[in-house]
Amino acid sequence: MKTCLVVDDSRVIRKVARRVLEDIGFDIAEASDGMEALAWCRAAMPDAVLLDWNMPVMNGLEFLKLLRKERDGDFPKVIFCTVENSVARIREALDAGADEYIMKPFDGDIIQAKFAEAGLL
Amino acid sequence: MTPEHIELLAALGRARAGVRVEVEKPYLIESRLTPLARREGFESIEALINELRAKREERLIWAVVESLCRTETTFFRGREAFAALRDGVLPSLSHRRDAPLRIWSAACATGQEVYSAAMAAAESTGLAPGARFEFFGSDLSERCLEKAQSGLYTQFEIQRGLPIRMLVKYFENQDDTWTISPRIRQTVRWRRINLLSDLSALGAFDVILLRNVLRNMVPSLRSKIVRSLTMRLASDGVLVLDPEDDASELSDILKAAPGGAGLYLRDPTIGTAAAA
Repeated sequence: MKTCLVVDDSRVIRKVARRVLEDIGFDIAEASDGMEALAWCRAAMPDAVLLDWNMPVMNGLEFLKLLRKERDGDFPKVIFCTVENSVARIREALDAGADEYIMKPFDGDIIQAKFAEAGLL
Repeated sequence: MTPEHIELLAALGRARAGVRVEVEKPYLIESRLTPLARREGFESIEALINELRAKREERLIWAVVESLCRTETTFFRGREAFAALRDGVLPSLSHRRDAPLRIWSAACATGQEVYSAAMAAAESTGLAPGARFEFFGSDLSERCLEKAQSGLYTQFEIQRGLPIRMLVKYFENQDDTWTISPRIRQTVRWRRINLLSDLSALGAFDVILLRNVLRNMVPSLRSKIVRSLTMRLASDGVLVLDPEDDASELSDILKAAPGGAGLYLRDPTIGTAAAA
């Protein structure tokens, strides 16, 4: 079973994402900020990371830049999931190594479509 | 709605556009007609149908028929077909043509399909130097065509099927609204077309997309429509159906292309398209 780390400071978003991703066959771990997510990844790289942008302690973009420098850090497919919806922000995420990008609000179909686009389904 | 109402709607859809109205799903019919009834100022669908029966006004009849048609679509729906166009069909055809390649999305709904074809062409490598394209989007619904022509999509619409790198390359946004770039939009021409009508004046096309259509047509008309469109294909043209569409009845005019993405090659031995 593939694993997905859901990184969001909103418990509600984590819960919704968990439900959708479990339905399409992922084993889920959760983190509420980038620092916590980095600790998860250092312990065991997931197959996918669903990543919020704006979070306390360490934001999603900072996390992604550090992740990609880690050993095997290029392995996980990273899908941003954020309210940031400007082309400039999306380009910034792609330049940092994001594989796909979801703009909130989202639904189950969008998550599934984006995970398929990233080659995870 | 009474069973008589539903039968009237089914008969209208069948006669005017060959559409198979799902009489066993009245809730679907209601969900499609409710917005129309509201727009037209009727207090209920029943009032709308009563007006239809009493006055038989052509404009209202067509508005009802258009509303009964399915319009769900997404960008790059059935992505294997677009990959096949990008990587194989379009490069190959471009080397055999001096004139622009003509590509027609025959039931384009709100435009995602024809814009996807245009983006696939823009992403294609291996095209003949100077290859040019003309894209055509047609649909029965004027409302759908208006939206398609605007090139404006919601955040939900652009997140279904469109890879993020394509989004930033071919769209601009203002808040939650996304607009396809003029360089793509300007390559597409639009026209209201009923696929049951005489299509001979349209000329010949190199690729025709007919997707998410046949399953919604009255079974007895499916072959007729595919035959009519096939006659609009250039002798080496390609018809794109849904992979699930059963084209076995059409094996005398179409040969399935390898890959199973719903691509069919016109049998070059049948008559040439009228304006080829």
